[in-house]
Parts: sequence; C-alpha cells; structure tokens
Amino acid sequence: MSPISRRKLITGGITATAGVAGLATAASLAQRYGLIPPDHGGVYGPGETLTYAAQRLLTTHAPAREFPRSMISKNPFANETAPPSEAFKTLQAAGFKDWRLTVDGMVAHPASFSLSDLRSLPTRAQITEVACEEGWSYIAEWIGTPLAGVLNEVGVLPQARYVVYYSIQPDWWESVDMADALHPHTFLTMGMNDGDLPVGFGGPLRLRVPRQLGYKSVKYITRMTVTDSLKHFGKGLGSASPEGGYAWFAGI
Amino acid sequence: MLPAMSATVPRPEPETPVRAEPRHSALVRVTHWLTVVAFLALLITGGEIVISHPRFYWGEVGNVMTRPLFTIPIPSSRDTVPTGYKYVMPDQNGWSRYLHFEAAWVAVLTGLVYLIYGLWGRHFGNNLLPEKGERSWGGFGRAFWRVIAKYLRRGPPDAAEARSYNIVQRTAYLTVIFVLFPLIIWTGLAMSPAFTAAVPESVILLGGRQTARTLHFFISGLLLLFLIVHVTMIAMAGFWTRMRAMITGRGVADPEEKE
Repeated sequence: MSPISRRKLITGGITATAGVAGLATAASLAQRYGLIPPDHGGVYGPGETLTYAAQRLLTTHAPAREFPRSMISKNPFANETAPPSEAFKTLQAAGFKDWRLTVDGMVAHPASFSLSDLRSLPTRAQITEVACEEGWSYIAEWIGTPLAGVLNEVGVLPQARYVVYYSIQPDWWESVDMADALHPHTFLTMGMNDGDLPVGFGGPLRLRVPRQLGYKSVKYITRMTVTDSLKHFGKGLGSASPEGGYAWFAGI
Repeated sequence: MLPAMSATVPRPEPETPVRAEPRHSALVRVTHWLTVVAFLALLITGGEIVISHPRFYWGEVGNVMTRPLFTIPIPSSRDTVPTGYKYVMPDQNGWSRYLHFEAAWVAVLTGLVYLIYGLWGRHFGNNLLPEKGERSWGGFGRAFWRVIAKYLRRGPPDAAEARSYNIVQRTAYLTVIFVLFPLIIWTGLAMSPAFTAAVPESVILLGGRQTARTLHFFISGLLLLFLIVHVTMIAMAGFWTRMRAMITGRGVADPEEKE
C-alpha cells in the first residue's frame, strides 16, 4: 500500500465535500423538477429514482409506439382479474348505463361522467401494445378519449402533480404523474378493435397508459383524484403496486 | 497504524528490485468486483422474472394465445401460463424487477467508469488489444490456437502471462466488454415501453419487443457461459493466487511470491 500523502488527504477531503454538496444540490433540484418517485425509499430507492429521473429527463414528451392495423393481434390475451365485485355485477346487469367516473381533488370543478358523457368528448383511436411485466405482450386498437381532455374539463389546478385512479374492484388503484396523465396517448378507453371494450380487457372503462407496463392500465375505472402529493394515499408509496412490492414507475 | 508520509520513505537503492506494478490496477479491481456483484444480482433476478413467463417468442408480440419459439420446461409463478405442472411457484417479480434495474444501474455506471479509464489510462491498448505480432488475421490465428493447444495439454503459462493476458483471454474479455455487454444493455432497453417510445429504432432494428426479450435471454446465457469458463480457468490456474491478485493487486510475478 502506498502511504497517504498530505496532498492526497487534502484533495480527498475537497472531493468528498464537493461530493456531499453536489448530492444535496442534486437532491433538491430533483425534488423541484419532479424526478423523485414516491417509492424512493428503501434498498431499491436509489435504482428506482435513477430510472424514473432518467426517464423523465429523456422520454417525457415521446409519443407511444403505434403500429399498423395489420399488426393487431388476432388473439389478444385478457389477463386474469379477481372475480367481479357485487358493485360491478350490479352495474353490468344494467348494461353499464349507470357507470360513473368521478373526478375530484385539485380541480376547479369536480365532476361525474357517465359513459355517454365520455363518448361525447373527442374520440381518438390508437394501435398500441400492452406489455406485461411478466414478459408477454399483444397489440390492439384502443378507442376512447384522451385523459387530458377530461382533466381540461374539470380544470386541473396549477399545483397538481399526480392523478390517482381507482378501479371498482377493491384495493386496485394506481397513479401517474402529470407528464403521463396529460400525454396524448393516455386514454380513458371504452372501445377495442372496433367494438365495445370487453369486460376481460377492462370494459366498460379502462385507463390506457401505453408508455408504461400493463399493470398501470387499470381496469374498471370509477374514480380519479388529482393531487399535489401521494403521501396521504394508502401507505404513501404512490399506488397499490409498491405496496405489493412492485415499482410505481412501470416505464421499464 | 498510520501510514508514513511519503516524504519520509527512503528511495529504494538501484540494486534492490523496485516493487512490481500491481497485477491489476486499483480501478480494474474495484470495477471488476462491482460488476461481479451487479451481474450476479442481474442473473438471479432475471431468472426469477423468466419464471413468471418461461415462454419465448420472435417478433413484436407473444403471449399464451400465440405459439412460442421455445419454452423452458419449468413451473411458472403465474397460473395463466400452461406449463404442464400442477403447481404455481411463488411470485418474486416485484423485488426481482426492482433489484434487476438497480443492479443494471450499478453495472452501467461501473462500466462507464471502466470505459473512460480503459481509453484514457491505456488499459485497453496495453492489456486487451492483441499484441503487435497478433494484430493480423494470420498472427492472431496462430497465437490463438497455440494458447488453446497449450490449455488442452495443461501446459504451464508463459512468463508474460504473469503480467498480462494471453490472446485467448484478450479475445474473451474484449468480446464480453465490447459485444455482449452493449448487446445486453440494448436488448434490455428495447423492452422498456417508455424508452422505446423515445427511441423506437432501439426495438425496430432488433425486429420487435419479443425478439429483444429472447435475445436478452440468449445473451445472458452467453455471459453465464463466460462466467463459468472464467471461474474454471482461474481455478485451474491457481484460484487463491488469482483471487488475491484481483483483490489486493499483488501478482504472481512479485519476487517474494513464487508459484
């Protein structure tokens, strides 16, 4: 081992001080520019924060990959879900005419939308891929209305940073940041491949977030809350996924 | 014990042998072991993730409704996957995915430090690129087969190998560093829906998301093969001497340490 010289001690000290100061500055900048995910704590926090920050710096405005009609999967796979709740079965028996989507939280005009209200908003279609964290995938055409339009209707307040969304099924909820909520490919989906969205694929209403893995595209949406912080939702980790051990940001 | 100040250390007499350069530089040693930790974490968690869908496809899409390219005959952690087994493995994907990407960051950042050092500090030029007489195809081939033949008859290593790598080692390390590592990163990123949204060419050039996944699996297999051969060769060459060289830097060429 070579002996440590005074110069090495001094430069080492300066480097360490600069490093600590640099990290502190980086952390406060990251917080300010929304680069810290809600599940940033714990052993996997550093990796998760690097992933989310890198994605936000590099991919925020990128459009989702779209595919030609010829690539639509002939046999898409409807992943299994828990048995439908009583509330779902009641609404299903009435042909979903009483299905409501309520939007509240940091909005100027909290509102409740029926499916026909949502259908009267501008309708868009996208041919995008559902990719599951398990590894499988399929392509389908998804028809619905961009979430950005609905958020525009209710008037999102400027301090809003996240949209939390809930399934009618118990304990199934997710959230996305405003970059994904306002992204033109984030749809409240009611149709699939030129027909109504089948129940197996999330009908009557599914939020499609095509730039993230399938588990962010929650089925059977009935409620949304706009917020500036995820601390008071569930265990404060962002959504049900991190509470079950899965990453909040599912862009990778 | 406090180390002495450098100014107080007497210069060695010309006759006494100057202390040998470390067998591996400190940066190579540190990045090597960080890569070992990250790679093992990636290998284990990658395996865990595969268990949730041990079927592989070619092209853009693939799922249990489509024909696989091949399947691995193991039980799955999802009851939606037909495996032939009557039981379902526990789901380990949550922490596996968290750790997979965290370890990937460690591997990539370590790799970047190593790359900058290797180019700047001439590590690649001195230790990894073929030596002068071995840079033509003919010279490379002759040297390569000579080393292979010596391995096969379990001959002793050349004196130069105590200080640097032979041509077979150089070829293997260059392949891992400049072919397999870039490919495993590329095929991994090609599975990210957010990254491929920003850089669609990353997946289009490979031929689709499922192709990327299948290639990622094969390349990790090649990296595992390298790991097995690498550890085997080290065991045959003298496990503890080589381990010590990669941990403390003290090489087999040190005068006080004869093999």
